[in-house]
Amino acid sequence: MKRSQGEGSHCPLVRRHFTQAGRRTVRGGSGWKSCGHPGGMEAAAEPGNLAGVRHIILVLSGKGGVGKSTISTELALALRHAGKKVGILDVDLCGPSIPRMLRVQGKAVHQCDSGWVPVFVDQEQSISLMSVGFLLEKPDEAVVWRGPKKNALIKQFVSDVAWGQLDYLVVDTPPGTSDEHMAVVDAMRPYSPLGALVVTTPQAVSVGDVRRELTFCKKVGLRVIGVVENMSGFVCPHCAECTNVFSRGGGEELARHAGVPFLGSVPLDPTLTRSLEEGRDFIRGFPKSPAFPALSCIAQKILNEAPVGLS
Amino acid sequence: MEEVPHDCPGVGSAQAGRGASCQGCPNQGLCASGAGAAPDPAIEEIKEKMKTVKHKILVLSGKGGVGKSTFSAHLAHGLAEDENTQVALLDIDICGPSIPKIMGLEGEQVHQSGSGWSPVFLEDNLGVMSVGFLLSSPDDAVIWRGPKKNGMIKQFLRDVDWGEVDYLIVDTPPGTSDEHLSAVQYLAAAHIDGAVIITTPQEVSLQDVRKEINFCHKVKLPIIGVVENMSGFICPKCQKESQIFPPTTGGAEVMCQGLKVPLLGKVPLDPRIGKSCDKGQSFLVEAPDSPATLAYRSIIQRIQEFCSLRQPKGENLVGS
Repeated sequence: MKRSQGEGSHCPLVRRHFTQAGRRTVRGGSGWKSCGHPGGMEAAAEPGNLAGVRHIILVLSGKGGVGKSTISTELALALRHAGKKVGILDVDLCGPSIPRMLRVQGKAVHQCDSGWVPVFVDQEQSISLMSVGFLLEKPDEAVVWRGPKKNALIKQFVSDVAWGQLDYLVVDTPPGTSDEHMAVVDAMRPYSPLGALVVTTPQAVSVGDVRRELTFCKKVGLRVIGVVENMSGFVCPHCAECTNVFSRGGGEELARHAGVPFLGSVPLDPTLTRSLEEGRDFIRGFPKSPAFPALSCIAQKILNEAPVGLS
Repeated sequence: MEEVPHDCPGVGSAQAGRGASCQGCPNQGLCASGAGAAPDPAIEEIKEKMKTVKHKILVLSGKGGVGKSTFSAHLAHGLAEDENTQVALLDIDICGPSIPKIMGLEGEQVHQSGSGWSPVFLEDNLGVMSVGFLLSSPDDAVIWRGPKKNGMIKQFLRDVDWGEVDYLIVDTPPGTSDEHLSAVQYLAAAHIDGAVIITTPQEVSLQDVRKEINFCHKVKLPIIGVVENMSGFICPKCQKESQIFPPTTGGAEVMCQGLKVPLLGKVPLDPRIGKSCDKGQSFLVEAPDSPATLAYRSIIQRIQEFCSLRQPKGENLVGS
């Protein structure tokens, strides 16, 4: 494999994580040396780490910056407020946003017998999170990897994280239809994901990319739960005039064109943005936000579709 | 699947293919034979091709959706307003090629001739290339892994007949992965003037942009500067300013000061920008009095000034 300038032999995460925790193979079998100590774990990843997860939801978009991570986080919070146990898997390796949104950036990832322990973001341990963000030596260090290396880490994230019992696992993805998406769909396939939430903004330039994402879903056999239109209008805090900052109507039109449900429009709310930047629990803190009814409605649709009864 | 053992001695080292940790690596044979150390011949070919291109600018961002394509398109429009300036716009976002739509060239086809692929010309002095032109339907998804994307980028750089060009603008997808490494690798011998990095004011963008700046330092790519997009919104009704994407950590200004990188300018959020892009029109022409247009023009000028200080070394100067 040709390594170009920049990819180099210095890996921003593997060395630290695996020499420190150092107890699991990068890949089982094939004659690769285990980096575990004698008598330590040499076996391949635990087969059943996703067995305790009731429903898996992928959050996708062809387009960058439409709010996948924001919607993933808010959906997780909304499901938790409905009393569910939720996990978030952030497979955006180049731009892992979620640790900061939930105010857990810089936390260490520990190991247990079954694999990596996800980071709990609340005291009640009802939301857990795994992201490459936790594995970086320095937060500003770029993960400059080509596809094959990204695929390997994503496979590990899927199989080696000890989620335990979860009602919902929300998987946040980077934009595009490439390595990460194929890797996560392939790895999740045996666990029959509930489907994909596809996020767009109203304007045609977004819709133009997101329709390709819908094609991707069809091609890989991933059911589309529905389309969410984000950044749908901005209400001026001074005069209450609503302006369509990023045009209007694209999300609903896209859903209609593709024959998939339209789950709702979420308006722009700078208070939401500020609150996520500062890692506050938005749903609890800002029930008056114009975004709140839209997000709750989307969460309710998922709950109705894939209920989790009392066990 | 290619994987590299974490104690890999490096493909160029004397121990390549021979070290203890090479056992089981799929590339062991390749490294041991010494073949892995040979440079890609395409790099020289691209260097030759780029001799007719005076200035090369990469438009980057760690973050998606900050306005890279919008900026790239308007940089191209702005530069091409001077009929004597030849401008080329290359879109290497393989999965999400927005440039055809933003430039109003959706549905156009690419032609092949003896001298290579012809870009699609919006104006006599403005040529565009994107994978979007190679897709037959707007619903077609390009579901490619890294190596295939790299191959496409190589072809775009080597096989497109740009002709004599003053500015080649390369629009990239978000991230720091295959496309970015390939663009830098293939253009390495051809001398890139620098990168313009786009961000929005909020920390969730800056967080990724710091990584991108880091990437530029790693691959020794000069940074022309940072553009802060969506910087404030003027309500069309009451004309008061709001921050839709609040700069909770000081925005690009504070980041640039800290990292000693120039801030080229701040572009406010004008809803007409999105509409122009959707229609495929130049916002600079549609809304010439908008504060956003003034900001764009000032930034474009600064980029031109930067480039004029960096003349190509040693190669034939176009038109001289």
